[in-house]
Amino acid sequence: MNLREGQTATIDRVTGEDATAIRLMEMGFVSGVEVRYVGCAPLGDPLEFEILGFRISLRRRELQRILFREG
Amino acid sequence: MMNEVTVVLLGNPNTGKSALFNALSGLNQKVGHYPGVTVEKKQGRRRFRETSFTLIDLPGTYSLSPHSPDEKITVDVLLHHEPEVRPDAVLCVVDASNLARNLYVVTQVIELGLPVVMALNMTDLARKKGLTIDVSALEKQLGIPVVETQANRKIGVESLLETLCRQPAIPSPCVSFPKAFNQQTALLKAAWESETGGVPSDFLVSRVLLDTTDFLQSSSQFPSGEAFRLKLSDSREQLKSQGHPVPAVEPISRYEWIQKILPKVLTTSAKNPSQRRTRMDRFLMHRVWGSLVFLALMVLVFQAVFQFAAPAMDLIDQFFSTCGDTVTAIMGEGALTSLIVDGVIAGVGSVVIFLPQILILFFFVGWLEDCGYMARAAYLMDRIMGQVGLNGKSFIPLLSSFACAIPGIMAARVIENRRDRLVTMLVAPLMSCSARLPVYVLLTAACIPNKSILWGWLNLQGVTLVAMYVLGIVVAVGVALVLKKTVLHGETPPFVMELPSYKWPNLLLVFRGMARQGWEFVRQAGTLIFAVTILIWAAGYFPRDPELPRKIRAQYPRLSEIRQQIEKLGQNVGSTAGHGTDGLATIKDLKGEEQKLESEMDAAISGSYLRSSVLGRMGQIIEPVVRPLGWDWKIGIAVIASFPAREVVVGTMGVIYNLSGDEDEESRTLREHLQGATWDDEPERPVFTVPVALSIMVFFALCAQCVSTLAVMKRETLTWRWPVFTFVYMTTLAYIGAWLTYRSGIWFMDG
Repeated sequence: MNLREGQTATIDRVTGEDATAIRLMEMGFVSGVEVRYVGCAPLGDPLEFEILGFRISLRRRELQRILFREG
Repeated sequence: MMNEVTVVLLGNPNTGKSALFNALSGLNQKVGHYPGVTVEKKQGRRRFRETSFTLIDLPGTYSLSPHSPDEKITVDVLLHHEPEVRPDAVLCVVDASNLARNLYVVTQVIELGLPVVMALNMTDLARKKGLTIDVSALEKQLGIPVVETQANRKIGVESLLETLCRQPAIPSPCVSFPKAFNQQTALLKAAWESETGGVPSDFLVSRVLLDTTDFLQSSSQFPSGEAFRLKLSDSREQLKSQGHPVPAVEPISRYEWIQKILPKVLTTSAKNPSQRRTRMDRFLMHRVWGSLVFLALMVLVFQAVFQFAAPAMDLIDQFFSTCGDTVTAIMGEGALTSLIVDGVIAGVGSVVIFLPQILILFFFVGWLEDCGYMARAAYLMDRIMGQVGLNGKSFIPLLSSFACAIPGIMAARVIENRRDRLVTMLVAPLMSCSARLPVYVLLTAACIPNKSILWGWLNLQGVTLVAMYVLGIVVAVGVALVLKKTVLHGETPPFVMELPSYKWPNLLLVFRGMARQGWEFVRQAGTLIFAVTILIWAAGYFPRDPELPRKIRAQYPRLSEIRQQIEKLGQNVGSTAGHGTDGLATIKDLKGEEQKLESEMDAAISGSYLRSSVLGRMGQIIEPVVRPLGWDWKIGIAVIASFPAREVVVGTMGVIYNLSGDEDEESRTLREHLQGATWDDEPERPVFTVPVALSIMVFFALCAQCVSTLAVMKRETLTWRWPVFTFVYMTTLAYIGAWLTYRSGIWFMDG
């Protein structure tokens, strides 16, 4: 991920079929939804995002499951 | 004629669902548990006009696809699989300021085939954020009645009840799934019917089709035949090849619908609504300031549990010892008195003494949780706790375990993942709790030289004390890592966590939660602690030789001499007025000596009673076992007696070393007695050398000497397996640790 603080990106899809993938999608990480990168915790992980008007925290390894659209 | 209606409350976490539940049911609540799980079952009652409502507050959930025990219970209740709860209607609680994600679970609930009413809660917050919601448009889109509420101010409760009384119709699904998905659901339903003969609902079939983690199939109500399994995997294959892969098809379809209707029901005003929150957040989540605030808060919580509780605990202690003294004064000495005083009263006291710490911790936990900071604390600590294989939510339970492991283990409930929660509970007792401090203080003061090291920078006694705390932490880290690699091995759970908006905490909710935790502890753990205390009392009391006090009294001939002298002098003072002052001074001296001798004799009596009791004999039997640790049999008994509760060890040592039973760690005499104690077989050799003291301290640091902790662990895990495991692993570690300490201490001293 090469988002800077305050930048937004559009989700393409979430990979996998496990509980993590399902939870991510239920929280709104589905195709076409915009997320904004808010910042990270003092030690660089986890990260904070804004999606559908609320804040959510993800670890970097969970972020790897999310594919973003180009551009 | 009263109507009986059961309504379940369902909704995302942080929607004010509990506040609404409180507003609806008032004081008419009871909390229980669902059979076989630790999930709380909150039930309330409310009469409204001709209807008597039973209200059930379900655990907060983001979706009806179950991943955790909490969510499983929610789904089971809704599908009428939970025998004790049969809902007639569902009340969906929705955060109006966070509509899109909240609607997700609402669209699922609508498909259940039950009447649904939606409470659009926190409308004030939404307005502040600049959001306007068109309620009648929302009703039309969803096909269910929607009522605006502000649960924290009890606004909208009446109209909510009125709407529920009107018995709304069963809604029809609002989200349409791809045709291919509906086809596969129909095929799978046919396979289900041919296997079981029953007719499942479309919703149930689609849930099984979507449940790729097989959480649902593992419960018994679902077909398990080979034909059905084949059809299931075939359906999933087909959907994948048609471009609607399971499980993604569900969230995609639902959010597509939500995104489509949202502009029709929601308008956002132009001004930037979340300014205030962002500024506060920026501060609280800042690398430096955020960490400092966090640190300060944690110090406050720790101090509160550790120190603010102390006066209350002293009062409780005093109260129970006064009770004991009063009973002894009224009933006189004897087995029954001892049972009541040392067994019952001391037993009840040993339970109640933990209440101040539990109440204070849960006040803070409730407060931090309700205002939205708890999630942020977990966020800040996640990286550090992740190194140990835990997650950020383990931090507060472990921190509070330094004061007392009991509230710590109870606080571990906030961790959803079962394995992380278990690991947290299993290592929590390794944190040096406040009950270990007296042991550390006593032994450090008695045996560790009070001298400066490192050119006066540090004091050796202080270093020893800190080392004991560090030892607990280091061992806990090691144990956690090993557990995560072995018995509790599994995939790292995701840390997908909502960071809720800050709000003023609802004090009523905070106090209620606090009272509930306290009461549950007293009721459930209390009974067991009580029973064990009585058992240990009996082992320390019986068998009892009635001749013993007379024999010991015979060893104190001086005492009767003094008494005679006092009597004589008293008569003299009465008759000859001239020598009054001199005589009085002598009487005073003699009385002092009498008192000293008396307490010495009493201690000798209780000491030899203890030595001849079952407990004392056990101490002598186990001497070969504790010898390698450098201990004599007296230390052995003290340690055995402190297995139910380690705080008794100082008192027990006092009794064993022939002192009165009321020694505390500051007492000079006990310290001196320890320093003067020698081996029975080698009167020249002192018992309490530096290696022995360290070995005892290490043993106490690592050992699970607390029945209350184990009882609470049993209650929280619903099985004896984990408390037994904890007891075994900690005792083993304690023994090995103490042995290593003693051996290396000896080696170091000799070398």
